[in-house]
Amino acid sequence: MEAVLQKLFDAVLEGDFGGVQSNVQEALDANLDPNTILNDGMIAAMREVGRRFEEGEYYVPEMLIAARAMQSGMMTLKPHLQKGDAKPSGKVVIGTVKGDLHDIGKNLVALMLEGDGYVIKDLGVDVPVEDFIRAIKEEKPDILAMSALLTTTMSMMKTTIEAVIAEGLRDEVKIIIGGAPVTETFANRIGADGFSPDASRAVGMVHALLEK
Amino acid sequence: MIETTLTNKSKRVVIHRDAPTVIIGERINPTGRKEVLAALEAGDFESVRRDALAQVAAGATVLDINAGVPGADEAALLEQIIKEVIAVTDVPLCIDTVNPKALEAALNLYKGKPLVNSVNGEMKSLETVLPLVKEHGAAVIGLCIDSNGIPASPEERVTVAEKIIKRATQLGIPIEDIVIDPLAMAMSADHKAGWVTLESVRLIVQEFGVNITMGASNVSFGLPDRKYVNATYIAMAIQAGLTCPITNPLVTEINAAILAADMAMGRDEFSMRWIKAFRKRNKDAGEKR
Repeated sequence: MEAVLQKLFDAVLEGDFGGVQSNVQEALDANLDPNTILNDGMIAAMREVGRRFEEGEYYVPEMLIAARAMQSGMMTLKPHLQKGDAKPSGKVVIGTVKGDLHDIGKNLVALMLEGDGYVIKDLGVDVPVEDFIRAIKEEKPDILAMSALLTTTMSMMKTTIEAVIAEGLRDEVKIIIGGAPVTETFANRIGADGFSPDASRAVGMVHALLEK
Repeated sequence: MIETTLTNKSKRVVIHRDAPTVIIGERINPTGRKEVLAALEAGDFESVRRDALAQVAAGATVLDINAGVPGADEAALLEQIIKEVIAVTDVPLCIDTVNPKALEAALNLYKGKPLVNSVNGEMKSLETVLPLVKEHGAAVIGLCIDSNGIPASPEERVTVAEKIIKRATQLGIPIEDIVIDPLAMAMSADHKAGWVTLESVRLIVQEFGVNITMGASNVSFGLPDRKYVNATYIAMAIQAGLTCPITNPLVTEINAAILAADMAMGRDEFSMRWIKAFRKRNKDAGEKR
């Protein structure tokens, strides 16, 4: 790998805001392909961040600053990407279900997917079923992602999936769920397409779902 | 001095600023504890009874009871858990549910004065929970949250607390039966979150003098070595005005931090509670060996 890409990779890994920006600029000045800068420098680094989080080596703040550093690099890189033909990996509508205000896990999933090239429409927390439905109709996402931290709000995921079916939209999106009390068994029981125990594994799961 | 009194059968617990911190044991709650969830789903209450006894032995003088099992009849399950717990211990209970039916069932069953966890600043919550609290002469926890979500600043949290206190006292609930939870949030996601909560505690106590609770372990979510963070934070929150944290007394670091903080606040005469707790820890460690 080019030395500057390695430096960029390391800067993302360390959450070094300024370092990411300057290395993106340096790589652009050296006439490297913007897509290579994105894929080998930044997306690869975010995957490594995800791996470390999965292994318990990295903690929540480290994931957050890495994502923030990558976003700062994207601001520099984006105008150049339009000249190339980087097309987004897919579109994801995400939110925490009605009655639940917990957003850390949901935000991490959004950041990791964004870091992997997905376009994210984040509906926030305490999202009513109707808002999920409207977002599917308006945004036409590939993936609907729902989060719940409380055992008492998990059932809203089932309610939402039932509403998606009732609206005749079930074949339009893949539905994934996550959150502390959520299990694979629960995901299967309510008819979700995928479940992930953490934000990092959510990325691989989404890849797999969209390849099918 | 505001005193919140909770009772159950023979036990009476008084929460106030000159008395030692009251620990509300948090463990009878399937959220975030998959083994509790699995046991409850299987109709196995042995672990609930064990959790109750262990927490009381470790210093909890109130127990939080949460029956949030997805798909279950929450009212029936909450009743069942309460029956199981009061069969083995007589400490007052903190009834933890957002389901008005389950709350009503639990209040009908409960003999004594429980703490209701919780009401918040949303109209719907105020209108359903407070009349039940009043009718049953219970005490209630007010969460500093309303239809706009969790306020970002201490001042806005005071405003939500004020709204709850006003509404409750208008209904005839005495101010000493309102305990405010200013909401402890994860510092891993927002580095100011811990401070905002501490400052909220300070302002709410200054303004209303009420007792303060919080789920103090939230602050360390997403961080390594959580027990040290929790222990330090709980001690700081006690200094700010926290009087009845919802926490896990089985974690030695947290337990010791609470006892040391009480000593520092002048609530442990001749340090006897501290010394007793030390002897108990040594004895327990000896028995384990």
